[in-house]
Amino acid sequence: MNRGEVAEKLVKAGLLGAALISVAVLLIVVAYIVLKGVGTINLEFLTQAQYRFGRGGGIFPQIIGSLGLVGVCLLFAVPLGVASAIYLAEYAPNNLVTESVRFFVACLAGIPSIVIGLFGLVFLVYYLHLGVSLLSGGLALGFMILPWTVRASEEAIKAVPQSYREASLALGVTKLQTIRRIVLKSAYPGIITGVLLGTGKAIGETAVVLLTAGSGLESFLPRSIFDPVASLPVYVYLLATTGNTSEQLERAFGASLVLITLFLLMSIFALVLRDRYFKRMRGRGGG
Amino acid sequence: MSDSAQRCAGAFGSFRGGLAERLVEKLLFICALSSILIVFFIIAFILKEGIPVLALGPDFFFGMTWKPGQGQFGVVPTVLSTFIVGIGALGIAAVIGIPAAIYLAEFAPEWLRALIKPSVEMLVGIPSIVLGFFGLMVLVVFIRDNIGGWGECILAGWVILAVMTLPHVISISEDALRAVPRTYKEASLGLGATPLQTIRKILVPNARSGILASLILGMGNAIGETMAVLMVIGNPNIPWIPSSVLEPVRVLTSTIVIEISYVVWGSTHQHALFALGVILFSIVAVLNAITTALIRKGIRTGCR
Amino acid sequence: MSKIETIGLSVYYGDGTVCGLKAVNITIEANKITALIGPSGCGKTTFLRALNRMNELKGAQTKGKVLIDGIDIYNGKVDVIQLRKRIGMVFQQPNPFPMSIYDNVAYGPRIHGQRNENLGTIVEESLKKAALWDEVKDRLDENALGFSGGQQQRLCIARALAVNPEIILFDEPCSALDPVSTARIEELLTELKQEYTIVIVTHNMQQAARVSDCTAFFLMGELIEYGKTSQIFERPKDKRTEDYITGRFG
Ligand SMILES: Nc1ncnc2c1ncn2[C@@H]1O[C@H](COP(=O)(O)OP(=O)(O)OP(=O)(O)O)[C@@H](O)[C@H]1O
Ligand SMILES: [Mg+2]
Repeated sequence: MNRGEVAEKLVKAGLLGAALISVAVLLIVVAYIVLKGVGTINLEFLTQAQYRFGRGGGIFPQIIGSLGLVGVCLLFAVPLGVASAIYLAEYAPNNLVTESVRFFVACLAGIPSIVIGLFGLVFLVYYLHLGVSLLSGGLALGFMILPWTVRASEEAIKAVPQSYREASLALGVTKLQTIRRIVLKSAYPGIITGVLLGTGKAIGETAVVLLTAGSGLESFLPRSIFDPVASLPVYVYLLATTGNTSEQLERAFGASLVLITLFLLMSIFALVLRDRYFKRMRGRGGG
Repeated sequence: MSDSAQRCAGAFGSFRGGLAERLVEKLLFICALSSILIVFFIIAFILKEGIPVLALGPDFFFGMTWKPGQGQFGVVPTVLSTFIVGIGALGIAAVIGIPAAIYLAEFAPEWLRALIKPSVEMLVGIPSIVLGFFGLMVLVVFIRDNIGGWGECILAGWVILAVMTLPHVISISEDALRAVPRTYKEASLGLGATPLQTIRKILVPNARSGILASLILGMGNAIGETMAVLMVIGNPNIPWIPSSVLEPVRVLTSTIVIEISYVVWGSTHQHALFALGVILFSIVAVLNAITTALIRKGIRTGCR
Repeated sequence: MSKIETIGLSVYYGDGTVCGLKAVNITIEANKITALIGPSGCGKTTFLRALNRMNELKGAQTKGKVLIDGIDIYNGKVDVIQLRKRIGMVFQQPNPFPMSIYDNVAYGPRIHGQRNENLGTIVEESLKKAALWDEVKDRLDENALGFSGGQQQRLCIARALAVNPEIILFDEPCSALDPVSTARIEELLTELKQEYTIVIVTHNMQQAARVSDCTAFFLMGELIEYGKTSQIFERPKDKRTEDYITGRFG
């Protein structure tokens, strides 16, 4: 082997190393949280409320709160996002209006979450008098993931072959029925994938929730959507930054593990679904 | 009505259902406008709340001290620190991300790509609070014990933000590299250049604008990132201009989160925090605009 | 008896700049097979899609009249939905929906309000007419995408038949198929013309000669010659038709 070949080999190894770093980081972070958090997880931790500022008890209200926030967020963002996507993909003429819709969707996606949190605080909490509440938090999260649902849905709808639409229209089926029965039916795995990825984002979001939904340490469940609500990320944040006893840190790790499990489940499910969907779209695995 | 028109209505039916169809279309159109509306509302409300302090002019934009208690709202140290943290993180992400993208685009066997790509995508989504917590418990401790200082510092912020920026850099750069026409590469290899020379002389220069776009977008994300960075950079009581990477600092996002919870609503301090929001928003908007322009340019020049 | 008649039919694409079809006058007979031939880009598809107003989907503009049973379908009062129910269409690429055979055929009638108990009969009859029943009768629940190209194309024919049309438009239905499947479809066409009026676009001269009763030759958006298939192929009146048929261009 001459020197040139050795150099080539070395550089290639270096490139490979760089590529593996992201995998390594993912594994290390997940492994660390699992190792540190798994000891805390037990039935009591998952079903009880905390007491004495996280020195004891569990994270039941936080889990329910996070799920509630994501629920409100999806109720807002999914119908609106899918409807926008249908308009953009099926009805929109290519003109200034649609161009600007796409532009503003991109804008919204680029706004830092803390700014959305500030907006939620001034607009939802103060201006609309919704208070620091489940509703405010869910809506603010909805603003955050709306662009992702629009984009994912638009892509999924556009991936439906034009020939399906033509075949349906040629049978004398109206455009609306065609969209409902053929387009959405073919596109929905793609839409769900996008929604799941958005849900993963929403469930881990801290800044927005901190500003609009309430302290993470409430130990009660909200009685209505106008009540403040506890959540996993804020719980982790408060215990990790202000906690100083080992009980508090343990619980922060336990809550992190629950959070990351929820996130990984959703991501993996989304990726698997997308994989299957693209295979089906290519016509394989039909029967 | 003419005779033929009447017969026609009999044979083909007249317009039914057309009204419902058009109603639905209008409804969908209104939904599509919602994104525009939300962006306008965000800008309007953040700006409205920020204006009282933005109106301070030079005292705000060029002020060197941020002491809310004494009515001083100088933003320079915070903005400077924000850029220091963002640019450093980006440097690290570039050093790792661009080679990683080259490997993925040029050398990776299919199975390895199938492993790395989803991990990269997932890394984007890992809740930043968890990454921050990891940074606080592992990275900060490591720096304190092995390098020095308090541990909570710029360096820790760089590393954590680099991890969060990496996925964007890798995926956009890889796309850009893949968009370089195969014929260029084959021509170069055909002239006897080695694969590495081809990468250096042909691929990377042709994918330049895409790679640059990935870096600038990454920087926008790094600057807008809140929780992870907040947990590892220390946040001294008064924002300052650091003189070493082992010093703690404050950035725009961390200042907003930390101070908003004890601010009196309606006070100048509250308006000042929204003014920070306006600055943050503007910086990120400019960076995103540059990214978009670069990607457009890349598409125009690259793919043909 | 004439089923379809066009008077000065022109179609423009884009902003009215590209002319896809120029002032075409033609009368198409009921229960006959009419073949449209001509070189690529001469407007065959455009003409076909003008008959069920599918050109509108691409934002094309149409001038002139298309009379079906004497009624102009572009007169502004006609409901396209009713129109397209009466005129079936089969496309160049087989395009079954990604659902079961049964659901594919039942799709149209179901949406047009057929009761569930009638659907079974409709599906069976349509598949029989499309000469597909024997091959699929035990596999009605299987996804249509798992079948061969020829079977898929006959499925698309069955799907069109299920809404009980009077006219069926075929746009190069065999161009993506193997010779055996093509032969089956040609056979099928001759059977279908007892009940339906058929218009078929084809690139293949032999196919036009084999299956059609009348042939129309298009060139650059114009109808050059139209007549009995035997006459067009044996004694073309126009020099350009002769050149095309004898393979001097196209
Ligand atoms: N959507 C469109 N926009 C603009 N021009 C079009 C469009 N569709 C067709 N044309 C033009 O109209 C003319 C006729 O096209 P048409 O598809 O009807 O031809 P064809 O005879 O069916 O050709 P082929 O044998 O290739 O299918 C062509 O010149 C084509 O370029
Ligand atoms: Mg054609």
